[in-house]
Parts: sequence; structure tokens; C-alpha cells
Amino acid sequence: MAQSSTKKKPVGAMIVMGIISIALYTTLLLKQDLLNSTFAKGGWYALLPVIMAFVFSYFHGSFTGSFWTVLGIEAARKKKEVK
Amino acid sequence: MDIMANFIHLDAITILYLFGVGFVGGLVSGFIGSGGAFVLTPGMMSLGVPGLVAVASNMCHKFPKALVGAMKRFKYGQVDVKLGLVLGVSAEAGVLYGAHIQEKIKLAFGDAGSNLYVSVAFVVILATVGGFVLRDAWKTYKSGNMDTKETAGKLALWVQSINIPGTMVYFKSINARVSVLFTIPLGFATGMLAATIAVGGFIGVPSMMYVLGAPSLMASATELVIAFVMGLGGSLKYAMHGLVDIRLAMIILAGSLFGIQLGAIGTTYVKPFMIKVVMGLIMVIVLFSRGLMVPVYLAQLGIIDKMADSTVKLLKTTSFAIMIFALLLGAFIVLRAMWQGKQAEKLQHASGALEHGEI
Repeated sequence: MAQSSTKKKPVGAMIVMGIISIALYTTLLLKQDLLNSTFAKGGWYALLPVIMAFVFSYFHGSFTGSFWTVLGIEAARKKKEVK
Repeated sequence: MDIMANFIHLDAITILYLFGVGFVGGLVSGFIGSGGAFVLTPGMMSLGVPGLVAVASNMCHKFPKALVGAMKRFKYGQVDVKLGLVLGVSAEAGVLYGAHIQEKIKLAFGDAGSNLYVSVAFVVILATVGGFVLRDAWKTYKSGNMDTKETAGKLALWVQSINIPGTMVYFKSINARVSVLFTIPLGFATGMLAATIAVGGFIGVPSMMYVLGAPSLMASATELVIAFVMGLGGSLKYAMHGLVDIRLAMIILAGSLFGIQLGAIGTTYVKPFMIKVVMGLIMVIVLFSRGLMVPVYLAQLGIIDKMADSTVKLLKTTSFAIMIFALLLGAFIVLRAMWQGKQAEKLQHASGALEHGEI
């Protein structure tokens, strides 16, 4: 019990990923006209929004995962799906 | 035409609105494997986003969201990657065919005909499948067998008993070999529904549970793999025509990644039948929302008498409000079930510690 309650929380990871995530979103909003006009060209440019979605999901996904863990919201300890 | 006209101006309120709807949609998706899109697409359109851009931007937020959700639930042992990929590939074909049908209907009957087709598909499918899922959840609740392990039904056992040489594949979620001749039409139907009403999971999850015999937790988690495959293919298709508004997609993603992690965590606290409760309830409520719009489209097509503009507006607003209610109710049940599960875990933990201390 003591082991689980004193488990180290990923505060550092949350802060780093959070800063990167905020930087990504700030750039997105500051450069929105450039991004939309480029992505609207279609064709091979179609890869750009898809790559961008992967990049955002990696950094922001890591941040949100750590965020809930730091808040103490984690998966139930014992219960696992029965196969 | 200026292609930039497709992209709306974003202000702080719009950003917060998209973030909020994304969060609630993500929460429900993380729990039942799909959902949210039926509110997000009309929600974006209500902001002035053209229909196709709304569909494209929704797709572009859906696949990274589904990826993060699938990875999270994979950690909990709930994802059958092989089943997800097999169904996902045939779902992709279903999406393309469904979009083709949509285009044909729109060409022949115009916007009203297309909208009527979508609404009727919503009503018929949600009434039959949603009603069945909800009835099943109710039966489980009434029987008091909520804690017992889910077993495959008669249809699933029959499907598992059919041996077609050269087509049999073992799936861990089902713990049996099933012919891909069964999975292909199921995936195809999931994709067609995704192209029609934007939520393929309303067919995908029940078909995995009742036709293939997968447990509800695994079915809902595996749906995220299907959603990833479908969303990735769909995003590329729309992006090739320059229809993705990346700002909308990423802002919705910002909210939905908070939600999907929470929804995924929620599945580890609840009894499996809760997946059916949430899914069935949302489906049946959304059915009423879309049902309200059927007379509007019938009137536009001249099949019934013309309706007053104020009546049309009232029906549209009520329909949208019911959809939001469905999503919020789903989110509320997930959070409540999660809270109760966490409290029960704490109690169990405390009593365990007490017992340990007595020894």
C-alpha cells in the first residue's frame, strides 16, 4: 500500500510536455493564416495536417496523461480485463 | 472561389466552445469507443463552418484522439489490435462506399434528400441497435449478474462455430477463430455508418459484442483502433482536397485528449455492462433528436405540407439541444460511475489494511 501511495508522480514530464504543447498551440494560432493557406492547397500537402496531428497528439497526449496522473486520477489498481 | 472562405474567424469564445465539446466527446469516446462526432460536426456547422470542412476537421481530430485512447486502453489489456485492424481495413472500404452513396443521393435529391437519408439511417439504426443494447444492459441489471464474466450470446456462438477453411483467424478478444467472411461485412457496415452519421462505433461496438462475442470492454477499446484506421484514411482523403481546417481539428483535439484519457481510466473502475448502458442511452436519445428533423426534410422535399420557418427553427434547435444532452448525460454517467468505483476501491483498500492490521 505504502508503495502505491508514495509512487513518484510525473510532475517533470507533465511540465516539459505542457510547455511543448503550449508552444505548439501558440504557434498554431499565431501562424493560422499561413497554415490554412498551405494546407488548403491539397494534393501532397495533405500529408502536412496528418503529420501535424501526430505531432500534437504525441506531445499533448503525453501531457494530458501525466496531468491526470499528477492529479491522482489513475486506473483502478486491481481490476483488469478478463481475456 | 476563394478557398480561404472555407475557414472561419476564431475568437476566444469559439476556441473555448470547441475545447469543451472536444473534452466531453473525448470522455465518451474513451469510454465507449466512439461518440462525440454527432455533436461536433453540427456544432462546427453552427459556427458557420461549411459541412464538408466540418466533416474533414472532425476526421482529422478523430484519428489522433483514437490513437491516444487505444494506446491507453492497450495498457489495460483491453485492445485486440488484430481485430481492430481487420475490421478497420474493411471499414475504410465502407467509408468510401458510404461517401459515394451520399454523393449520389445528394446529386439526385439535393441537400434535403441527403439530410433525410442521414436522419432515416440514424433513426432506423439507432432504434434497432440502440434499443437492443439498452435492453441487454437492463436485463443484466435486473438479473443482478453485473459482476459475472460476460459470455458470448447464441449468435456469436454460431458465428464462432462456422469453419470456412482458408478464412479463419484467431482473435484474442473472442478467444476463438472466426472467419473473416463475417468480419468483412461488419467492418464495412461500420465504415458505411461512419460515412453516413459520423459515428461508426454505433454499429462497430455492438457487432463485436453480439455477432463476434467480444466482451464489452474489449469491443469498445478495439473500436478505437477501427476509428484510428478510418479517421486516418478519411483525413488524407479530405486533406487532399484542402478541406481540413487544422485549427479546428487541433483545438478539438486539445480538449478531447484530456477527455479520452479520463474516459479510458474510467473503464477500469466500472462494471462492463456500464459500457452498454452509456452507449444504449446515447443512441436512443440521439434517435429522438434526429427523428425530430425527419418532418423538416420531408417538407423540404414536398412530400408533406410546407412548414413555417419558426417551426423549422424550433425543431432544429430542439434537435441540437437533445444531441448535446445525450453527450452530456453520457459524460455524467461515466464520471459518476468512475467516482463510485474509486470510492469503492478506497473502501476495499481501507478494509484490507484493517484486516491486515488485526492479524
